[in-house]
Amino acid sequence: MNGRIVSVFGNMVIAETDGKIVQNSIGYCCRRDGAKLLSEVIRIRGRLADLQVFEETRGLRVGDIVELRDEMLSVTLGPGLLGQTYDGLQNPLPRVAEKTGFFLTPGVYVHGLDEQRTWDFTPKVSVGDTVRAGDTLGTVPETMFEHHIMAPFTLKGECKVESIVEASSHTVGEEIAVLAGQSGEKISVTMQQDWPVKRPLAICKRRLMPSEPLLTRVRIIDSMFPVVRGGTYCIPGPFGAGKTVLQQITSRHAAVDIVIVAACGERAGEVVETIREFPELIDPRTGKSLMERTIIICNTSAMPVAAREASVYTAVTLAEYYRQMGLHVLLLADSTSRWAQAMREVSGRLEEIPGEEAFPAYLESRIAGFYERAGALELNDGRVASVTIGGTVSPAGGNFEEPVTQGTLKVVGAFHGLSRARSDARRYPAIDPLESWSKYAGIIEPEKVEKVRELLRRGSEVKQMMTVVGEEGTHIEDFTIMLKSEFFDNVYLQQNAFDDVDGATPAERQQFVFDKILEVVDRDFDLDDKDTARRVMFEAQDMFRTWNYEPDDSEKYKLSLGKIDEFIATRGGKAQEVTKQ
Amino acid sequence: MRTYYDRIVRIAGNVVTVIARNVGYDELAIVNTRRGQSLAQVIRLEGDRVSLQVFAGTQGVSTGDRVRFLVRPMQVPFCDDLLGRVFDGSGLPRDDRPEVKGEPVDIGTPAVNPVKRRRPDFMIRTGIPMIDIFNSLVESQKLPIFSVAGEPYNPLLARIGLQAQADVIILGGMGLRHDDYLTFRKTFEEGGVLGRTIMFIHTAADPVVECLLVPDLCLAVGEQFALQGKRVLVLLTDMTAFADALKEIAITMEQIPSNRGYPGDLYTQMARRYEKAVDFDGAGSMTLLACVTMPGDDVTHPVPDNTGYITEGQFYLRGGRIEPFGSLSRLKQQVNGDTRDDHRAIMDGCLQRYALCRESREKRDMGFEMSEWDEKLLRYGDMFEQEIMDLAVNIPLEEALDRCWKILAECFEPVETGIRRTIIEQHWPKELTDEEETPEPAEATA
Ligand SMILES: Nc1ncnc2c1ncn2[C@@H]1O[C@H](COP(=O)(O)OP(=O)(O)O)[C@@H](O)[C@H]1O
Ligand SMILES: [Mg+2]
Repeated sequence: MNGRIVSVFGNMVIAETDGKIVQNSIGYCCRRDGAKLLSEVIRIRGRLADLQVFEETRGLRVGDIVELRDEMLSVTLGPGLLGQTYDGLQNPLPRVAEKTGFFLTPGVYVHGLDEQRTWDFTPKVSVGDTVRAGDTLGTVPETMFEHHIMAPFTLKGECKVESIVEASSHTVGEEIAVLAGQSGEKISVTMQQDWPVKRPLAICKRRLMPSEPLLTRVRIIDSMFPVVRGGTYCIPGPFGAGKTVLQQITSRHAAVDIVIVAACGERAGEVVETIREFPELIDPRTGKSLMERTIIICNTSAMPVAAREASVYTAVTLAEYYRQMGLHVLLLADSTSRWAQAMREVSGRLEEIPGEEAFPAYLESRIAGFYERAGALELNDGRVASVTIGGTVSPAGGNFEEPVTQGTLKVVGAFHGLSRARSDARRYPAIDPLESWSKYAGIIEPEKVEKVRELLRRGSEVKQMMTVVGEEGTHIEDFTIMLKSEFFDNVYLQQNAFDDVDGATPAERQQFVFDKILEVVDRDFDLDDKDTARRVMFEAQDMFRTWNYEPDDSEKYKLSLGKIDEFIATRGGKAQEVTKQ
Repeated sequence: MRTYYDRIVRIAGNVVTVIARNVGYDELAIVNTRRGQSLAQVIRLEGDRVSLQVFAGTQGVSTGDRVRFLVRPMQVPFCDDLLGRVFDGSGLPRDDRPEVKGEPVDIGTPAVNPVKRRRPDFMIRTGIPMIDIFNSLVESQKLPIFSVAGEPYNPLLARIGLQAQADVIILGGMGLRHDDYLTFRKTFEEGGVLGRTIMFIHTAADPVVECLLVPDLCLAVGEQFALQGKRVLVLLTDMTAFADALKEIAITMEQIPSNRGYPGDLYTQMARRYEKAVDFDGAGSMTLLACVTMPGDDVTHPVPDNTGYITEGQFYLRGGRIEPFGSLSRLKQQVNGDTRDDHRAIMDGCLQRYALCRESREKRDMGFEMSEWDEKLLRYGDMFEQEIMDLAVNIPLEEALDRCWKILAECFEPVETGIRRTIIEQHWPKELTDEEETPEPAEATA
């Protein structure tokens, strides 16, 4: 079905057609020089289709043909996704570079999966078996995973396996099975299938309450503001506060099977870091490179805006696909504000009635809909799998009272708010321990967490008070609380992301260090003048900091620990109260 | 055959609407008026109504004037003859010399494929300790100087520009004052780089649309040199003037503003320019330094705010010094691990102490008694400001690191520095004895 362009404005095109138009279907704007630019119908008025074009519209003219298709904007699912670097529309960027060199030429599209590569298929069902949508028909090895080849997600009801190939090698396009539908129709199955990105993919027995901690090895997260498999969290923060670094660390250390990095409307350079580093980094848990468990979806700020909006949906659809295989997937989106801004740009061009800060009125429901796609599922075969979503938010002026932050806070399960004051003072990760929260349970007993939160709160109060009454007007007891709170902040909450040891603390070590710190916090040290108090706490800090940098079970680790125990025993005075386990 | 269109049906702001057919979006046109010719760009197509943004403004354009379409986007001629030349915001010579003939290249071209970018790893040494130690500048970085009127941001930009040892320097002036232009010129002349400098200068007196084109022209030319393997440095001043030009155009186009009158795509528009900074895998590089004056000295203003999200850090210039707080180089960790093993420790330790010093100063200013610890911090802060922060200081990184150790040792006990012990053990200055103070002969002549 064809239409013709009647208007072009920015990345919006209006096409007129006599035929049928499907909302959210795709169209190709045909430029005079032969290039076909992918676009999506986002509004229909009579015979007019408003399309957002996923490319620069330079050179399009009134009267140019628009090929309108029936299908929705979709991604191709199948083996070979892992390790890939895609743009927001699932074009593999290395293959695109082979075609067009240094630059991304509009209208150049490459299939998402390698169509030449063969995969060793092992059937898991036999002729005559009954299967439903999403059931495993067979597997192929993909990096360190058994990639499940599943019955089409669009199947209706129960189908019979009419034929299935023996264990053998196939490309993604070759038929591996034929199913018979309920009315006897034949359904040919290959190892790839398409799925529309804006439709959630969650075939399961039931959704579970997410509760299993997702360890990130970032102490302040795991111990204080935990994330769980299947949960959601957000990282709002002003520019330069450390959102991206935090996500980069998480993408390395997170205890999940697969990480999907959605670089949405931010710097290309940051993606390059991941692309260049991950193939070199060996994941100690699997012995394979990190890249083999990672997919990068990158629509950086210089790439077309409409595709930026699509990119987060592309990313979450790939995450859901691997979840259907029984895996735990973490999706990191940086930054969801750029996605929201892309919606705002489109909404502005559609001349919709703007809401706050010119964002569209449906902003909140879109944000909620996106995070809803996270979740822990009990699959039909009983396995548990999950998609966890962590998104950064880039609030204008660093002020959290803005629509995207507020809309996100309403729907996520944990909030890691970064503060300018902390990042200026180089207290990384700059997660504000007083503002942040998590609704999930983590690896430290809640009473202990509550105890240090109280310490931090009181420490901050004393600090505030000291700006009014001065150090001399502060009671030694309060003063010591302030020092202890600083001590905890310095040696536990702060973590050097660029150190191999300090940058990633395993759960057991976190629990052990946490208790050791409580031992120090619980002592009163018999301090009666402030300079001595300060010196003693500096000494403790120095020892713990040194300890943090010593590899687990190394000689130096034991040495440091020995010194700390000695310090507690000798300098420690009497215990204030006992929090022994 | 030249086709002219003469049905101009609307003139508003800098935009002229003419009835025409077969016109490509984003392409160029020439508007012939009594005053002469002006370039214009297609910014909207609606049926046969073509809206054009007129570079020279619409003053004096009449409904009787004629428009001719060039069937190509805005281009700039590219060749080595550009070096040493000065142009205006529409790419025409400003230096009374003939037009440059060269290969025409489109401006505002597509983004670089991320997989064709290198990971930048070459540190640009500026001799300014606040940059070299605390926020190292890296080749291909995009980084603005945040400042306010009256601060020496242009001289700082020029100084870094000279130190960067680029093959080609491109200066883009937006709303630039004439004396600032002359100062740049003089600095480059004295630095002996004028022959490899290209300038695109828009002054406050020039039409506003031309201001919008300056970054694109600079970056298109710079990109070509970088593709030839050159190390290019682009200096853009003042990007706030660019953003204000965007705002003005958006308002005349009746777009709904998102924040303080700026259009919702301010981020995207600026990012598309800044993201041109690149280290090509298999070719040269383009480093981009810019000035952003903050209206009302407010960093949350949409222009510095959006810029901060886009760029790879920023230098705050305030009181004639680069402020340690708020200043940031996001790429520093790519290079500062390979300089000296104490670089990162000094970077963190010195700044954390300086932050504490500021707290002590506040307490002092409020009339509180100073503890022994406060006194130490105050002494440290003064020394740090004089010997490290002062912009007049011009010493190599290694010397600056040694100087930091000296200051720390004069003010603190090792445990008070917050630097971990293994580093302290290696670098803490030994008590200077008379013999050690005598410089080695080799150093004395250096
Ligand atoms: N955990 C950390 N440890 C050390 N430095 C950090 C850390 N987080 C951020 N930084 C510093 O701050 C800079 C900006 O961080 P980034 O994550 O890019 O900020 P954002 O994404 O919030 O704009 C980094 O380049 C780095 O220099
Ligand atoms: Mg970031």
